[in-house]
Amino acid sequence: MKEDMTQLQEQTKPQEQTREAPLATVDLRHEFADLGVGAVLDQLDAELIGLKPVKTRIREIASLLLVERIRQKMALATTFPTLHMSFTGNPGTGKTTVALRMAGILHKLGFVRRGHVISVTRDDLVGQYIGHTAPKTKEILKKAMGGVLFIDEAYYLYRPENERDYGQEAIEILLQVMEQQREDMVVILAGYGDRMEKFFQSNPGFRSRIAHHVDFPDYSDAELLWIAELMLQQQNYRFSPEAREAFTRYIAARKTQPLFSNARSIRNALDRIRLRQANRIVAKLDRTLTADDVMAIEASDVLASRVFAKATAAGEGR
Amino acid sequence: MRVTQGCFSFLPDLTDEQIAAQVQYCLDKGWAVNIEFTDDPHPRNTYWEMWGLPMFDLRDAAGIMKELADCRRVYGDRYIRVSGFDSSHGWESVRISFIVNRPREEPGFRLDRQESVGRNIRYATHSYAASRPEGERYADQ
Repeated sequence: MKEDMTQLQEQTKPQEQTREAPLATVDLRHEFADLGVGAVLDQLDAELIGLKPVKTRIREIASLLLVERIRQKMALATTFPTLHMSFTGNPGTGKTTVALRMAGILHKLGFVRRGHVISVTRDDLVGQYIGHTAPKTKEILKKAMGGVLFIDEAYYLYRPENERDYGQEAIEILLQVMEQQREDMVVILAGYGDRMEKFFQSNPGFRSRIAHHVDFPDYSDAELLWIAELMLQQQNYRFSPEAREAFTRYIAARKTQPLFSNARSIRNALDRIRLRQANRIVAKLDRTLTADDVMAIEASDVLASRVFAKATAAGEGR
Repeated sequence: MRVTQGCFSFLPDLTDEQIAAQVQYCLDKGWAVNIEFTDDPHPRNTYWEMWGLPMFDLRDAAGIMKELADCRRVYGDRYIRVSGFDSSHGWESVRISFIVNRPREEPGFRLDRQESVGRNIRYATHSYAASRPEGERYADQ
């Protein structure tokens, strides 16, 4: 990795500069622009709503890279940073989305060579009989080299209730590679907060090998509305003003009900709203439609939701 | 006698960085890279033993270099070669193959001549290494 970078620098820099002694001063702004970090961070801010802690951590990593590069030019000692991460948070807070995007970011920042993501769960790592686990895990690890290995719901790897479970074997191989081949790949674990906590307690080796523990906070009502608008915009729909107001009430009502899973619930709600909108349009056949008609979501599409019925029922019951 | 089979065999032995670069070239072309080893380098011995399974769907040479290091640890006294298999339609064959490890002593080959009917001569290539039992062929004398 580091060798790649020096080679790259040698190719891009004129010959006399490479022969020069270590630089004494560096133009920080020029370096920043050179790396293209700014564009990556701006894109992240634009496309991901909320998630302050996550963005802060990515910013920190980007700054570290910049400083490491400058240190290299000044011929100061550089060590490759540990970049393994653990994402914890409630359902639908964007763990998977960020992990997939993280590979691209790390690639642009030059921390991983290829920038692909291998997304796996327990099934892909743990074998079914004795001697099956090690080759299976190693195969996945080889595929992930040069990119990011994303292990969703990592706590399933460890099953304390079954002492003959092969998960432990997979964990051991994983830990070994995470330690020895830090330059070759980045491992991201993801899962719900409390269960990940238990997982780390029973596998202390994991906790110490992961440098970045990022907690994904729940979204606020305003952020959820913002996410909904962004989703609709991507699908070429839009709320009418009344519908937007109704959806704000919908979010508040939905949050009080069980099994609320943040952005995922919003996406499902929008899918159902699109169904109702389509049904409303098709109900009146004898007319000509404009693009506006098929794009607009009216308050009635939102208000027909069961969530409101439940909310009023609960209110009357009180 | 230095065995010259496959690509690059007339060049000095490749360094690990050079091997990694070649492997990366194969991966970028979408070929499956395999590691094979043998202790009988007879030119007609095309079926070398495979180290592990063929490695499909890899993106980076690091994984293969790790397997190569493991293979060298076990069979460091044998010939090891890396081959790139192109599975695309119309090719379906090995596109590149090069030796990445050799035994310290390479005994080479002997040419046997056999006189047959008339004044015909039949030739046979005999690998000196193969005159010892398998597994002991390159043991330090």
